Amino acid sequence: MGELNRKKAWELLSLLDTKEISAVELTQSCLAEIDRSGKKLNSFITVLSDSALEKAREVDVKRSKGLPVGRLAGVPVAVKDILCTKGVRTTCGSRILQNFFPPYDATVIRKLKEADAVVIGKTNMDEFAMGSSTEHSAFGPTLNPIDPARVPGGSSGGSAAAVTAHQTILALGTDTGGSVRQPASLCGIAGFRPTYGAVSRYGLVAFASSLDQISPFAKDARDLWLISDVISGHDRRDSTSIPERLFDYPYSGFKGKAGLPKTTRFGIPKEFWGEGLAPEVREAVRGTIDKVSKAGYEVEEVSLPALSAGIAVYYIICTAEASSNLARYDGVKYGVRVNDYADLFEMYAKTRAAGFGAEVKRRIILGTYVLSAGYYDAYYLKAQKVRAVMKKEFAEVFKKVDFLLGPTTPSAAFKLGEKTDDPLEMYLNDIYTVPVNLVGVPAVSIPCGKNREGLPMGLQIIGPQKKDEIVLKAAIMLESLGIKL
Amino acid sequence: MEYESVIGLEVHAQLDTAAKIFCGCSTEFGAEGNSQTCPICLGMPGVLPVLNKRAVELALRSILAVGGQVQPKSIFARKNYFYPDLPKGYQISQYERPLGTGGSVTVHLDGLAKRVGITRIHLEEDAGKSFHPEGRAIEYSLVDVNRCGVPLIEIVSEPEIRSPEEAYAYLVALKQILQYTEVSRADMEKGKLRCDANVSVRPKGQKEFGTKTELKNMNSFRAVQKALEVEIARQIKIIDSGGKVVQETLLWDEDRQAVAPMRAKEFSDDYRYFPEPDLLPLEVSMDWLESVRKGLPELPEARRRRFIEVFSLSDYDASLLTSERAIADYYETAVGLYPNPKMVANWINVEVFRFLKEKKIFIDDLKVPAAELAALLKKLDSSSLSNTMAKEVLAAMVETGKTVEAVVAQKGLVQESDEAVLDGWVREVISAFPKQRESYKAGKKQLLGFFVGETVKKSGGKANPKLVSTLVKKHLGE
Repeated sequence: MGELNRKKAWELLSLLDTKEISAVELTQSCLAEIDRSGKKLNSFITVLSDSALEKAREVDVKRSKGLPVGRLAGVPVAVKDILCTKGVRTTCGSRILQNFFPPYDATVIRKLKEADAVVIGKTNMDEFAMGSSTEHSAFGPTLNPIDPARVPGGSSGGSAAAVTAHQTILALGTDTGGSVRQPASLCGIAGFRPTYGAVSRYGLVAFASSLDQISPFAKDARDLWLISDVISGHDRRDSTSIPERLFDYPYSGFKGKAGLPKTTRFGIPKEFWGEGLAPEVREAVRGTIDKVSKAGYEVEEVSLPALSAGIAVYYIICTAEASSNLARYDGVKYGVRVNDYADLFEMYAKTRAAGFGAEVKRRIILGTYVLSAGYYDAYYLKAQKVRAVMKKEFAEVFKKVDFLLGPTTPSAAFKLGEKTDDPLEMYLNDIYTVPVNLVGVPAVSIPCGKNREGLPMGLQIIGPQKKDEIVLKAAIMLESLGIKL
Repeated sequence: MEYESVIGLEVHAQLDTAAKIFCGCSTEFGAEGNSQTCPICLGMPGVLPVLNKRAVELALRSILAVGGQVQPKSIFARKNYFYPDLPKGYQISQYERPLGTGGSVTVHLDGLAKRVGITRIHLEEDAGKSFHPEGRAIEYSLVDVNRCGVPLIEIVSEPEIRSPEEAYAYLVALKQILQYTEVSRADMEKGKLRCDANVSVRPKGQKEFGTKTELKNMNSFRAVQKALEVEIARQIKIIDSGGKVVQETLLWDEDRQAVAPMRAKEFSDDYRYFPEPDLLPLEVSMDWLESVRKGLPELPEARRRRFIEVFSLSDYDASLLTSERAIADYYETAVGLYPNPKMVANWINVEVFRFLKEKKIFIDDLKVPAAELAALLKKLDSSSLSNTMAKEVLAAMVETGKTVEAVVAQKGLVQESDEAVLDGWVREVISAFPKQRESYKAGKKQLLGFFVGETVKKSGGKANPKLVSTLVKKHLGE
């Protein structure tokens, strides 16, 4: 069959089901690619060759005996190293957790295992998911497979690079402010952030609890649907998990044009076209919008004024929550502890100084500040108020249109080191993605062409809360309009 | 100058649930260190809290029991601080929007009743326990995380307590309520109840509060009272000598019977509270609240009043009997079987209480069930046992757990009521005490008791005193 690892999961599953290929072959093809390009791209922190092959063999035996298999039986999935895996090192890209072996599996890992997916490895990331380039990892930066001089985006850059380089078929990342959609856009693949609460956060090491969301990468929207269906669902271990099923299984609507009604209305937020948007991205997204319009769908301009405050609100809330979530890394119970200290306070200070990288420290300090007595009202509380306004604006706009359409990122992939000295410039890369997290709605990024340098660009489709399946339907429709890399 | 003290108490009570507040681990006291833990209460990366509904119900009970308002929507918040026995680096508590507000506790002091207002009651999790072994070569501390995540309510009183004695009485009343409603074992010695105090003094008549200090580390109700006495005296001394009280946290030193300031590093002002994003707002529906209300038992104050009215008991007897729910239950069971309320009250308040005190046990551990006490008192009443004999039987029952019948049979404790036998003893006694006989005959009738007592003594406690009395009168005249 050759190049099995270049295929999509939905293609591979039918080949596996008809026994034209084996899960072992498929897994081996991915492992071979990891062998070839994994070190260079630095996409993985831990490769799980042995357990992956063992699982693949198990799935092959099941199929050969005619036993029932899970929905992703034999499909390799890479997972971001922020998802707890029982007995398998989980570092969060941080020195402070370089020796941390969780005693339990995250709910999504359990679900992947139950679906007979082959967990192939743990991917590189910005430390504690804080970053937009995967340059802030204690294990070194991940390179963009399209152009290794450039970043793959972040914070889930390892997962994005692994899918892009065909080291895996599917991957999980986490999207707190765009950490899946942005790297998907920069690598030219598809990335989907489900509704907040659709996927259990149990076992996802928290960065910003009210924004974090486990989110998949794939080569197309149909694959995104496949894995989203597997990982989503209510979990009593996560109080913020929503009770409803968002995916209708088995789903048959992914054949052909997905049957999106022609009355579907797309809203184009005018706030997405301001300063900082690269002309080539503007053109590419505009081009897609024209195609949508020509295909007979309604397209109209809409306005969500609170979007302009998105970055400010996001960086107050996410740092506030992070400052508290990361307090547990104190050198007492697990992770790294320095050896040389005079007293308890010094043990904390030295351990955290040595264990955390610069960006994490910056955010802990920021977050501690915005929660401090005397500043809480001016920063944290005000940010929550603006967040509430933003939610209202989204609810209003979704009475008028079915989806919002716009660029995923202001530019294509930037060069390694280009923005590391200017945190604010780095933060602005999230300008179009963070509102989705603040509001908690589903959004998908799919490729919408390449620029003159051959770098991919992405557009995102944002839908109303809990309309995850329809958002993916819209993505399939757009893909069918012939938007090519 | 005459001063008045202003006291407010913050009481932490452990809710009597089987499981912790945010995970399924046991709350059992006294288990091996760090044995009752899981990734959640250990604060492992990636874990999330799930609220124990039972803990909420017990907290709701406590709010209803003090007549407070249950807030239909309350919010959990994180209290952030670093300490090794706090694995997450924050404690999940409630801050701006607690579960309960308002209500009061009725306090009895020197025969007067007074209501002390409740500011708020909120839910929170407990932290672990640190141990600091002492010794020259020891350079470590130990942490036991078993207590982490044990559910607590914090009950904050209004600053309406005016004396250390009143603070003590408030704690007694509050403990009673918590035990009655089975919200908490409320046992301070086992750490099921903890109390911090805020105290200030002001010249009598002044409306504004003085500068307050916070007292911590008291291990009993008496320690709270004593610490307040010491601190109030300290504050008055400062003010009298022209100084100013500094707002600070002080630790009570039980050994030295003194207060000392907490070291700065042990205590931080800014907890950076913010709403807990891992938990949804806690919503209590009317239906839920109603079902909790229906399950609420009669409260101590109401029961005390009922005992006075229905059983015609004195305030003193009723207060003693209702001091614990189990004792009041015991009393009511016994009275149901032997309807002599005053006599049952006396036997419980004197005899039973003495055994409880001697043996340092609770009434639940007493080997004499209420029905057996009733049976004993019936025998006493029907004159088949004398008072002395009944006491002896009770003592044996307490020791052995045997029934009244069994003890009586074993000891051969049958009251002697045969007139011929009794008459012989009475004659002997009368002739043995000629002086007293003459005095009696001369009109000193109060010596009747003396003759009866001597006769009973002579009989080895067996003689039926009523019959003896009749016989004495027969021989010596009325």
